[in-house]
Amino acid sequence: MCPSDEGQSSINLSDPFARMIRRTFLGARRALSPRGLRFVSGGEIIEDVSERAARPHLTEQASLYVHWPYCLRRCSYCNFNKYIPREDNQHVMAACLQREAETLLQLSQVSRITSVFFGGGTPSLARPSTIGAILETISRRVTLSDKAEVTLEVNPTPAGMSKMEDYCRAGVNRFSIGVQSLQDDDLKILGRDHSSHQALQTIEEAQRLCPGRVSVDVMFGRPRQSAETWEKELSELLRVCDDHVSLYQLTLERGTQLFKLVQQGEATVPADDVMAKMYRRARRTLHQSGFLQYEVSNFARNNAVSHHNTSYWKGTQYIGVGPGAHGRFVPLGAGAVAREARTQTLEPDMWMREVRQRGHGTRRRVQLGRLELLEEVLVMGMRMTEGVNHEHWELFSPQLGLHEVFGTSTEVQELLQSGLLILDDRGLRCSWDGLALLDSLLPALLVELEAQILSRPHRDHGADGQTQKTSNPR
Amino acid sequence: MSLCALSPLLSRVCRFKVCRRRVQECSTTRCTGWRRRCPRRLPVLCCGVRSVSTQTDKENIDLSKFPADRIRNFCIIAHIDHGKSTLADRLLEMTGAIAKTEKNKQVLDKLQVERERGITVKAQTASLFYSHQGQQYLLNLIDTPGHVDFSYEVSRSLSACQGVLLIVDANQGIQAQTVANFYLAFEAQLTIIPVINKIDLKNADPDRVESQIEKVFDIPSEECIRISAKLGTNVEKVLQEVVNRIPPPVASTDDPFKALVFDSNFDHYRGVVANIAVVGGQVRKGDKITSAYLGKTYEVNELGLLRPDEHPTQKLFAGQVGYMIAGMKDVKEAQIGDTLYLQEQPVEALPGFKPAKPMVFAGMYPMDQSDYPGLRSAIERLTLNDSSVTVQRDSSLALGAGWRLGFLGLLHMEVFNQRLEQEYNASVIVTAPTVPYKAVLSSAKLIKNRRAIQKNMVYIDDQRVMMKYIFPLNEVVVDFYDLLKSMSSGYASFDYENAGYQAADLIKMDILLNGRSVEELTTIVHRGSAYTAGKAMCERLADSIPRQMFEIAVQAAIGSKIIARETIKAYRKNVLAKCYGGDITRKMKLLKRQAEGKKKMRHIGNVEVPKDAFINVLKRKDK
Repeated sequence: MCPSDEGQSSINLSDPFARMIRRTFLGARRALSPRGLRFVSGGEIIEDVSERAARPHLTEQASLYVHWPYCLRRCSYCNFNKYIPREDNQHVMAACLQREAETLLQLSQVSRITSVFFGGGTPSLARPSTIGAILETISRRVTLSDKAEVTLEVNPTPAGMSKMEDYCRAGVNRFSIGVQSLQDDDLKILGRDHSSHQALQTIEEAQRLCPGRVSVDVMFGRPRQSAETWEKELSELLRVCDDHVSLYQLTLERGTQLFKLVQQGEATVPADDVMAKMYRRARRTLHQSGFLQYEVSNFARNNAVSHHNTSYWKGTQYIGVGPGAHGRFVPLGAGAVAREARTQTLEPDMWMREVRQRGHGTRRRVQLGRLELLEEVLVMGMRMTEGVNHEHWELFSPQLGLHEVFGTSTEVQELLQSGLLILDDRGLRCSWDGLALLDSLLPALLVELEAQILSRPHRDHGADGQTQKTSNPR
Repeated sequence: MSLCALSPLLSRVCRFKVCRRRVQECSTTRCTGWRRRCPRRLPVLCCGVRSVSTQTDKENIDLSKFPADRIRNFCIIAHIDHGKSTLADRLLEMTGAIAKTEKNKQVLDKLQVERERGITVKAQTASLFYSHQGQQYLLNLIDTPGHVDFSYEVSRSLSACQGVLLIVDANQGIQAQTVANFYLAFEAQLTIIPVINKIDLKNADPDRVESQIEKVFDIPSEECIRISAKLGTNVEKVLQEVVNRIPPPVASTDDPFKALVFDSNFDHYRGVVANIAVVGGQVRKGDKITSAYLGKTYEVNELGLLRPDEHPTQKLFAGQVGYMIAGMKDVKEAQIGDTLYLQEQPVEALPGFKPAKPMVFAGMYPMDQSDYPGLRSAIERLTLNDSSVTVQRDSSLALGAGWRLGFLGLLHMEVFNQRLEQEYNASVIVTAPTVPYKAVLSSAKLIKNRRAIQKNMVYIDDQRVMMKYIFPLNEVVVDFYDLLKSMSSGYASFDYENAGYQAADLIKMDILLNGRSVEELTTIVHRGSAYTAGKAMCERLADSIPRQMFEIAVQAAIGSKIIARETIKAYRKNVLAKCYGGDITRKMKLLKRQAEGKKKMRHIGNVEVPKDAFINVLKRKDK
């Protein structure tokens, strides 16, 4: 699997956002009354309904993730949901992905899909026609603009590369290439099935097909890697890559081959301090090459950010299609009013059976309460260099601003004073140093958020507030 | 339970005290359950009934028929595991106090901890009726703990006795606590009857043990009685010798009533049950008695013999040992060592005892502060029956509210802790034992660098050597005995006694986090070992505090002088760079858990210290 955590459209997000909001208001007005009716007739308030009540447009659109669960082999570091196919069941898989996409789109009642991402597994094992069929299914149901970002993760093998042109014809307009390393020895340790030469060729081909819309994934903290060799390797990569880089630290995951090797002492990964140095140097190197960091692990120049991933970090809805895919959306079609965290069945055969039986393979649905939703907005938003700005926060928390939530906490004050965190009239965000320590900052912020939310009961939680909000035609 | 206790019929038919005792500790349902089970137990009970019938006779026996010269009060003392309690079982069986069955294994050891560890923790009393040369004798047997920690129990018990059975294992010979207990008895000027036990063992060498006894205790070898308590061999002889050799108590029924409180228990329903030795006169049910210590007066509700279960009688006479319930509601009212006399007839108080002096102190804290009330009541109830534990409220910023408890020794502490867990289902954090004092070491080869001063060395025989050292106690309390055992492959035994306080070069050591003192970690250390101790604490603390966003200096300081330092480096990066396909659930869970954990952190300045860190540093290391 080639993890893709990359990017979004522009560093200045306020503009597209404002446009999006304006557009969706129209749709919102259209859709409001039936939903309002359903809600009122339902009679009772199930959960927190602030999302829908305050910002109907948020439920009008979503991004869509499609998970292709198959790989040809197992990478030594990967614990992601992937399977080595026993037989060619592309047709069945393709049909099921389409079927589930249809079901979930219907369930979400979104009118528009803003971006599509094909991840995996190894989605470049899918036939271009499969990708095309899924995209067609989407656009048959909802608006999928020609301009909408459609990304596909590509394994830089000759086979993957040979299909790229056809993927583009099928509707893909962005490639994310799992380069991981330019050292052939390391690629072997990682269990990758490509060479660095093939990777460079794939980048070139992708750039030819989608200039300015090619991302490379690269991994640091590999066994035996030093900060110096890493920096050199990255510089080399930056000379040939396009405008987007996703940077990953190799994480030893339980159950992987690499984990076992390290446990047995047969491999070592760099110490924490070395990892920190690698990250710092990479940030510096990328910056010097004109790449702006817009998220913890994502860098872009010429505004070539990933729209798809940015929508995750912005807390907008997303629909996950395919085995083990995750989604976050309000299943309006089922009469729900609150956002749900949804997970699809992991195992492909099981998932396919479920999709054939009932149209989708959703295994788990958890309703997100007001606090949970805000926690996700905060955690995801803070990954971005721009952080959570006031407007963004207000979409989800109209009553309680960032200053009110975090302004009074002594601990947050200390973080502000130490220069790790910034809270100003733009919003809340990490400083350059703070971003590298995000996981240490977040618990403090979460503690404060919880305390504030729990100490102030949601004012429009009553039926009156709901009715008023939902029936307001604006 | 009250049903059972109040039913006279039931009490007569069965070995009621055993069940009463047990039932008192549990609920009514248990009692009714027992009643239902009763018939099925009949075969066992038959024997019981036989002995009870004699008991019933004796209940009516006028204890005044046992003047002081027909009474023998004695203790069994020994090194741990030399067979005290087994001998006690045989003596009880032979005198009909308990039925003779296979099941009599350390009958007097009633506590779960005693049964599990096979040790005696609490001294127990049993009155035996024994016929010797046509005369009925009342023998009062006190089974005492063998372990040195409980020597306080031993010395108390000895005060109610005129003689002791000193049991020595025929295989192991004289061990450390054999010596210690011998001296306790010897100093109390009691008659000592050496009993060589376990002669049935294959490796038994009673000759060698006799010569050891002769050499070390200066007791002629012909005075030794060779027995096997397990098989009952020669045990009759022990009883005969008790009557022959141990002098009767010097007491006259004509004197005014005077009794020594030598032990006390607490019963939830009846209040304090005091174990008393009547030194003079007599006491009867309904008498008004006064405590010399408190000057408070009580009415005697119940008194009787312990056989070993309570066996009510109308009166107790001079020289006799028994129990008394007199409406004392607090165990502190039955001050051990107190003298009781009849109201309006004051007597000169008996010398009493020095209060038990705790030797080892440890903090005890509930695992969770919400468990505090439960643990408090558990400790209160347990200390009611173990007044040698001192309790002081304490609080630690890290561990919350708790107590500082003083124990007679390490085993005592462990036993207490185990009883808390077993009998009260309480779970506690025990901090490392502290306190500087000294110890005497005896036996076996061992070279130590623990500030010990050798006092003497005696070869007990060609195989065994006794060495005495003066030790600072804090060198001994934690792991010395275990080390000694392992170095000597289990052959060495160890005993200590308080050698008084000696001037020592002790200093207060602070532990600092980024320059701020962590008060719960402040300790007293010997100057000579301050560096090592400080370094060890810093290391343990540094290992237990997760890295934070800034560097943390962990320092040990004496006054303003830093003697050890560990550095916890700052995180320079703590962000995992991935969120595959929108799967943020796992990430959220992890962060939420960290956020929850954060609430439980103790803040020293801006350093967050997990509670575990204190526990890791303070807790006794597991063996």
